[in-house]
Amino acid sequence: MVLFAFFVSVVFAVLLRDEPREQLKTGGMMLGGFVVAAYVLGWLMYPFPL
Amino acid sequence: MATKSTTAERPREGAEPGRLLLVCALAWLIPGAGHLFLGRRQKGLIFLVALPLMFVTGLWLQGRLFPLELSDPLVFLGALADRGIGLSFFVAKAMDAGLGTVIAPSYEYGNTFLMTAGLLNFLVIIDAFDVAMGRK
Repeated sequence: MVLFAFFVSVVFAVLLRDEPREQLKTGGMMLGGFVVAAYVLGWLMYPFPL
Repeated sequence: MATKSTTAERPREGAEPGRLLLVCALAWLIPGAGHLFLGRRQKGLIFLVALPLMFVTGLWLQGRLFPLELSDPLVFLGALADRGIGLSFFVAKAMDAGLGTVIAPSYEYGNTFLMTAGLLNFLVIIDAFDVAMGRK
């Protein structure tokens, strides 16, 4: 999941921003957002049966 | 460091249809090649590494390269997404990779990596098109 989030963040950050510093910032925030959202959603779904 | 120039400063020779087609075809065949052709080295190199690596990860996770079957719309859409990565897809097919192991625990993850790599390359192609048109 983290690897997938990493690849998607890298491509989106490079597409959206032109300056390397901005790309790093955007990519980092996106990666963090993906990972945190996945954990939060995972825990929210925890009580539900398969 | 001034790597970005405004639309007004940038020459618009890329707006010729033949050149646009070439840029899009290059960008589809080899992820990042469209950007490299247009002189966007940094972006091109990152796409050139990241997208094929994502595709290879999908193969490694035993994902499947779907056939173009109109009878099953979801498989057909997956097949279109798979083909977005360009040359890597055909090389993988020629090497009999991407047959997919349905019973493997990582099968669905592999499919997701393969399809997403192709879909992201479609976005990269559109970006290269915009750059060639002088919009970015």
